[in-house]
Amino acid sequence: MKELMLGNKAVARGAYECGVRVVTAYPGTPSTEIAEEAAKYDEIYAQWSPNEKVAMEVAIGAAISGARAMVCMKHVGLNVAADPLFTVSYTGINAGLVIVVADDPGMHSSQNEQDSRYYAKAAALPMLEPSDSQEAKDFVKLAFEISEQYDTPVILRLTTRVSHSQSVVELEDRMDISLKDYKKDFRKYVMMPAMARERHVNVDNRMKDLSIRANDMDINTVEINDGKIGIITSGIAYQYAKEVLPTASFLKLGMVHPLPDKLIQDFSQKVDTLYVIEELEPFLEEYIKSLGVRVTGKEMFPRLGELSADIIKEKLLGTKGETGSKQPADKGAQEDIPLRPPVLCPGCPHRGVFYVLNKLKLRVTGDIGCYTLGALPPLQSIDTCVCMGASIGMAFGMELGRGREFARNLVAVIGDSTFIHSGITGLIDMVYNGSTGTVIILDNSTTGMTGHQDHPATGCTLKGKKAPMLNLEALVKALGVKRVTVVDPFDLKELENAVRTEIRAEEPSVIISRRPCALLDKNKECISYHCDAELCINCRLCLRMGCPAIENIKDGIRINNTLCSGCGLCAQVCRPGAIKREE
Amino acid sequence: MVNKNILIVGVGGQGTLLASRVLGRLAAGLGADVKVSEVHGMAQRGGSVVTHVKFGDKVYSPLISLGDADIILAFESLEALRWSDYLKSGGTMLVNDQRIAPMPVITGDKEYPSDVYEKIRQRVGNLVVVDALSPALDCGSGRVANTVLLGVLAAGMDIDKDIWLKCLEETVPPKTVDINKRAFNAGYKML
Repeated sequence: MKELMLGNKAVARGAYECGVRVVTAYPGTPSTEIAEEAAKYDEIYAQWSPNEKVAMEVAIGAAISGARAMVCMKHVGLNVAADPLFTVSYTGINAGLVIVVADDPGMHSSQNEQDSRYYAKAAALPMLEPSDSQEAKDFVKLAFEISEQYDTPVILRLTTRVSHSQSVVELEDRMDISLKDYKKDFRKYVMMPAMARERHVNVDNRMKDLSIRANDMDINTVEINDGKIGIITSGIAYQYAKEVLPTASFLKLGMVHPLPDKLIQDFSQKVDTLYVIEELEPFLEEYIKSLGVRVTGKEMFPRLGELSADIIKEKLLGTKGETGSKQPADKGAQEDIPLRPPVLCPGCPHRGVFYVLNKLKLRVTGDIGCYTLGALPPLQSIDTCVCMGASIGMAFGMELGRGREFARNLVAVIGDSTFIHSGITGLIDMVYNGSTGTVIILDNSTTGMTGHQDHPATGCTLKGKKAPMLNLEALVKALGVKRVTVVDPFDLKELENAVRTEIRAEEPSVIISRRPCALLDKNKECISYHCDAELCINCRLCLRMGCPAIENIKDGIRINNTLCSGCGLCAQVCRPGAIKREE
Repeated sequence: MVNKNILIVGVGGQGTLLASRVLGRLAAGLGADVKVSEVHGMAQRGGSVVTHVKFGDKVYSPLISLGDADIILAFESLEALRWSDYLKSGGTMLVNDQRIAPMPVITGDKEYPSDVYEKIRQRVGNLVVVDALSPALDCGSGRVANTVLLGVLAAGMDIDKDIWLKCLEETVPPKTVDINKRAFNAGYKML
């Protein structure tokens, strides 16, 4: 049977078909749907972990215990999980372990566009890279075979356009894979110096064996057509190049680490001109050049942003194409078409917080989530955004750098899921080392940006089961924060008072701004607001809320009833009382 | 089968993803090779969104190249203008006559162009403007404007209506099948 499937769903399907029992993940675009789809199979236990490091450790434990396991994350998540990654390379596995990492070239929804292929090289792990959904499924199955045959975790690298494209997949049944025996083996699984030195030899030997095997692997394919142009490529770049040059010869690398020396050398002999076409860094190119093979790569093709058929066409054939790395939000700027950047939704509980922070002219260290949009006009509250959890450490760092007075005009903002992911340790640091700063936890009861995933404080698991609800107030108190306030962000006065009070305090404080995401309850009854043109003095204060439902018209404003969700924030800031609730 | 490229553009939250999934399922059901490229994550939050649907004998890149779309289905007029250079010469642009102000317009930094359709006509030979929101509201919810547009698109394509309805039924949440069918039919007979 065939089915049109998202790349991420195909990865989950592959895990199902090859007998995977445990899937762990932390949500992150473009990887999120893998664990969500895996959770739909009764045969698979799937969970959201608090962060990628924990997810990785749970998967390692499952694999060593004898059950096939898979862990999924976005590229920056692998930074968080890098500590276990480098050492599980030494211990190896028992039952198969596959680590799925989804890169985001072009940064559709990410803070950087790092190239995860370097992790495979640095941690000495095999890495496979599919170019469509069928391959995504097939490569998962092959990854488990390699994992068990060579006693190694295997990384499956995806990119946004593979993860988030649908293509046709042939479905197969689930294989009957029994649990492997578990045997205590401290020389293999206890990585103290003496044992780690022994295991490092195994790692070296395994990678040598795999680099020889790479020359005969079915997923490293050679297509000899026209002998004039030869292209070495992998992943989605293959699809772009194939569309532009269907008659060129191709060496398509399904395994991007370790690379097949002999296959590359033989291929280079068969063509007149050799190009390497790859997205992001010159990872393949540097290796191919180290073999003494002459090849053109990043001299011609961009290292930054996403690749596209249009870019390849332009660079290789000289025909004018679009600079394909352009994101939808940026498109049209050169033609003076107003841009449409992403915005906080109507009724978003974060809006009120940023309105108040902006009004009080505070410095704001930000974090990763929907609320990072609070950095954009007109709210423009956020000063910094680096990585998950960074808001808290950076706020304390600013206090240390510029003194306590600076902290009187400074807050950190962090979402509930992000706080659990990696904000807790930052807050411990603040308490332990005597910070007087203020942290606002924007608790919207979900992981919003990635599409509403549960987390330890929502009381529900990925499998849809009830779970103990992590109590954020009790948690921050237990960390040693004495000043903990809970406010409703739809009450601007209460919110402003709480912020004013807490930033003045000469000890660490936490404000929990609590209100569920506006998109969570789609069936709620919508109250709508309207603007009474008679009373409106055209002060435009409401427009500073940056609400997509408030339209700027000639003599005032209009509230778009199909967009308004009835939060009432605009009515609270309207001085003449022109904005009123619909009766 | 001749390759067909359809670009669906709109504003995050308008339901472009659902429309592209119905179309993808339809093409796959006809035995075509299909690729559908979607947008998830930050860009979905009220930003400009674009979905590429390609089908035919063999599809490589999941993305449509500049000037290579047979049809652009636009859920919002400014987005129609933004993506108009993706249309093939001789291609068709279907636009929902709805204006959603982007943030630079809301804040007063930019103006929503008053002559959007004139500008599109300068680039596009075959422009069709419909109002999908009113029939959607008649069906009971503005949220099904996407399905009305799908009906408009379907009426212009040479594929049996029953197949469309079956794919629609398989794609939308079970509770919303009836309203979506009504919306589709409203769009189908619009032109």
